[in-house]
Amino acid sequence: MHLRKNIATSESGFIFNPGTGDSFSANPIAAEILTHLKEGTPPSDIKKIILDRYDVEPGILEKDWDDFNAQLKESNLLDI
Amino acid sequence: MPESNQQLVIAVTALNAIDSPGPGVAVIRALREGLPGRVRIIGLSYETLEPGIYMHDVVDKTYQIPYPSGGTEALLTRLKYIHEKEKIQILIPNFDAELYNFIKLSPSLRSLGIETFLPTLEQLEARDKMNLFQFGEKHGLLVPRDKIIYSVNELYICAEELGYPLVVKGKFYDAIIAYTLEQAQKAFYKLSAKWGYPIIVQQFIQGTEINIAALGDGNGKAISIIPMRKLYITDKGKAWAGITLEDESLLDLARKFIEVTKWKGGFELEIMRTATGQPYIMEVNPRFPAWIYLSAAAGQNQPASLVKMALGENVLPFKNYTVGKIFIRYAWDHITDVTEFQQISALGEL
Repeated sequence: MHLRKNIATSESGFIFNPGTGDSFSANPIAAEILTHLKEGTPPSDIKKIILDRYDVEPGILEKDWDDFNAQLKESNLLDI
Repeated sequence: MPESNQQLVIAVTALNAIDSPGPGVAVIRALREGLPGRVRIIGLSYETLEPGIYMHDVVDKTYQIPYPSGGTEALLTRLKYIHEKEKIQILIPNFDAELYNFIKLSPSLRSLGIETFLPTLEQLEARDKMNLFQFGEKHGLLVPRDKIIYSVNELYICAEELGYPLVVKGKFYDAIIAYTLEQAQKAFYKLSAKWGYPIIVQQFIQGTEINIAALGDGNGKAISIIPMRKLYITDKGKAWAGITLEDESLLDLARKFIEVTKWKGGFELEIMRTATGQPYIMEVNPRFPAWIYLSAAAGQNQPASLVKMALGENVLPFKNYTVGKIFIRYAWDHITDVTEFQQISALGEL
């Protein structure tokens, strides 16, 4: 899962795609994940950070991760 | 360019800052911001309720001019009168329908000392709605298929060839999407009554509406290109809000258009970008768009650059612009007095 290089994100969860003009709002956890992705942190490390920090089952995290990945892809925010 | 203490006199048309706005007021705003020294703006109006006429901090003086249907003689006579009083140095027409006359008159205007920076008649006609498909084929640009029709009966054939929905377009302005034959017929009658014949029936392209404002130097070089995605679209299809985009493929498309046409002056490409990223050229407007001030706000003041080129200055192509710059149009009830309305109505100047 690689965010397109030109995608702008902010700590508040605002996402802007300068290629399409689309903008999105992410919730705090999604914003946190996006920050890690922008920093180049591998998905496996991000998942570990989330599991350590939040009370979530690994299976649930995997399912939510896949949903999030699909949403980012559909929104044209990922490098394919 | 004149020294900063010299006054530059520029005449501008299309002061109708209404819900389907003319570009004049936005062009003037960019000129006032982008040109050094004093600028005197002479508004050229057609109708008495064009808001720009009454906006005295925008337009210094307005003169009514004859409608394009009045022909070049009547227009030249009126411009000579205005020029005697105002000593116009540059004239920027901003309506599609008036361009033919102004281009025809440009040698006469130049002999009077009035510069323009306009495409040739051949360039104007090549990008005309009625020739656009052939133009695209010739130059390898994506343009939706279309049919030019003069009779409502021809809609049957259009529907067979292009399928539904299809887009019914007026000769100069307006487009209506029709999903059935009945809707297409209604659109045909409405648009032919308003704009005359022929009617253009175009293949419908699903996608995201993107507009590109650009400026060509007349020798195939792009001086400025600003792509904008419409964020809010009115029921007339006009952008009420928009945002500048970063997309090299859109810049390449506009560069190619300028290169193959050697376009001189400002223009707007109306693009429909499909889900697979294909940019279809839906229309080419041969003048600045109403949102042209966004070009100045994003760092490439196209109207000011046009004036510099019209004055013979060598203008280098812009390299950068701000991505994510947004315009949001708004309506404002400008208050004036009946005496002003009376003056423009009775005397043709204000």
